[in-house]
Amino acid sequence: MIQAENLTKRFGRLTAVDRLNLSIPRGEIFGLLGPNGAGKTTTIRMLTTLAKITEGRAMIHGFDVSRAPIQVKRVIGVAPQGLNLEIELTAEENLEYHGRLHRMPRRERRRRISELLRFSDLEAKRKVPVDRFSGGMKRRLLIARALMHRPRILFLDEPTVGLDPQIRRKIWGLIEELKSQGITVLLTTHYIEEAEALCEKVGILRKGKLIALDSPARLKENVGAYAVECNNKNGCEIHFCRTREEAVAYAGRLQIDVTIRHTNLEDVFLQLTGEKIHE
Amino acid sequence: MIRQPGFYTIFWREMLSIRKKFVKFFAGSLVMPALYLVTFGWGLGRGMNVQGLDYLVFVLPGIIALSAMNNSFSGVAITLNISKLYYRTIEEILVSPVGPWSIAFGRALAGCFKGLFSAGLLIGISFYLHVQITYTLSFFLILFLTCFVFASLGVLAAMLARSHEYMTNFTNFVILPMAFLSGTFFPPDRLPEPFPTLIMIYPLTHAALSLRSIVAGEGIPWVSFTVLLLYAGVLFFLGGKAVGRLEL
Repeated sequence: MIQAENLTKRFGRLTAVDRLNLSIPRGEIFGLLGPNGAGKTTTIRMLTTLAKITEGRAMIHGFDVSRAPIQVKRVIGVAPQGLNLEIELTAEENLEYHGRLHRMPRRERRRRISELLRFSDLEAKRKVPVDRFSGGMKRRLLIARALMHRPRILFLDEPTVGLDPQIRRKIWGLIEELKSQGITVLLTTHYIEEAEALCEKVGILRKGKLIALDSPARLKENVGAYAVECNNKNGCEIHFCRTREEAVAYAGRLQIDVTIRHTNLEDVFLQLTGEKIHE
Repeated sequence: MIRQPGFYTIFWREMLSIRKKFVKFFAGSLVMPALYLVTFGWGLGRGMNVQGLDYLVFVLPGIIALSAMNNSFSGVAITLNISKLYYRTIEEILVSPVGPWSIAFGRALAGCFKGLFSAGLLIGISFYLHVQITYTLSFFLILFLTCFVFASLGVLAAMLARSHEYMTNFTNFVILPMAFLSGTFFPPDRLPEPFPTLIMIYPLTHAALSLRSIVAGEGIPWVSFTVLLLYAGVLFFLGGKAVGRLEL
């Protein structure tokens, strides 16, 4: 469904994305995880035809992104990080506009608008101008809009950035529902818990390079399933152990208070790069 | 089943926006041309004769051309620039299957509508003031062509702009001198040499000359018409190319 071979983007001397290789099968929810400036958004921009590819190539649903952009645009839906809705238009008009851009027949547009307003729980806001929406409502409408023309592949760039935890969970629910519809999802996030909760596979990006690619469970297993966290004069130190018993034994040898917990993707990033993802 | 072409959707979106803010749009379209008319037509030009015509009859085609230019240019350039740099709503169009030429054409048509609307208001005022001008089909043909030239220039300028300051500078250094030097308020031959020749490079000069010639019953000056056609073709081509090359 999505394939990238040596995908590279340069801005002058800066290499924003460096020889990225990806293969995402149909129906998978794939997450690109990394700190701000890692190249996540640039990758999405290249895959969605918004940015030209400097080197390498990308195929979406069998179409070459550089050579057949129009065919690619027909099968993808994009919900960007910025809320680029038409704020003077109502929720319904935003969806109508998107349907027209994709040349959907009128009757299908009407049906799909009702479906999506139900899906995004915005039926009551159908006739309300978007500039009166809260951030969470705008985000839900953005995802609904991206789904309007029934895309096979959905790109979500930081779908829950800036939202409170309750709204974030609501959006996660929407994204999980897409899986049952067979839609392939590529999302970017810098929220560890989001990648762990939603993604079957995660690619970790750092300074434009893909430094790890696997399921969250396997990535964590490779580091060690348990983390022993202790505070000493050097700050917080983390030791990874394969089993709980190993972690308890290690903690027992230390003469200070420790915390034993499950490893998370933040630990994976730390182990791979020596840095924290949110630094 | 007939599906609407891509450019129509772009045009439709702009018309929807106008419908929602019609009072603001109406007032915005009227203010500048009305001020020009009052200042130059009544204030400075009362009782004056230029080229054997009452000054109001002389200046009105120029003001109509100027108003068409201002509204079709800024009606495209400002909204498109804001949509590109601030709201980023242009991304929604760029990730849709609507091609760059359709985007440019839809926007240019919307700009033409805005230009023609303001020109139409001025024509309405001229009827109300009993200004002795007969508007013919060729007058409206030139008017539409003028609007298309400047709407296409608006597309091009918005695509090239990397900041809001760029648009302000473009207006100050290109549009504003053209507005005052193109023979809209006076006959170009009143300027010292080499200005009468130099200002022939401005499309607005040819728009004003054409409209004035038609109003005087002399028909379309074909050189000016050809120049306007060339400007329309070249600017639309460059605008469409710039949309195609836009990278966000």
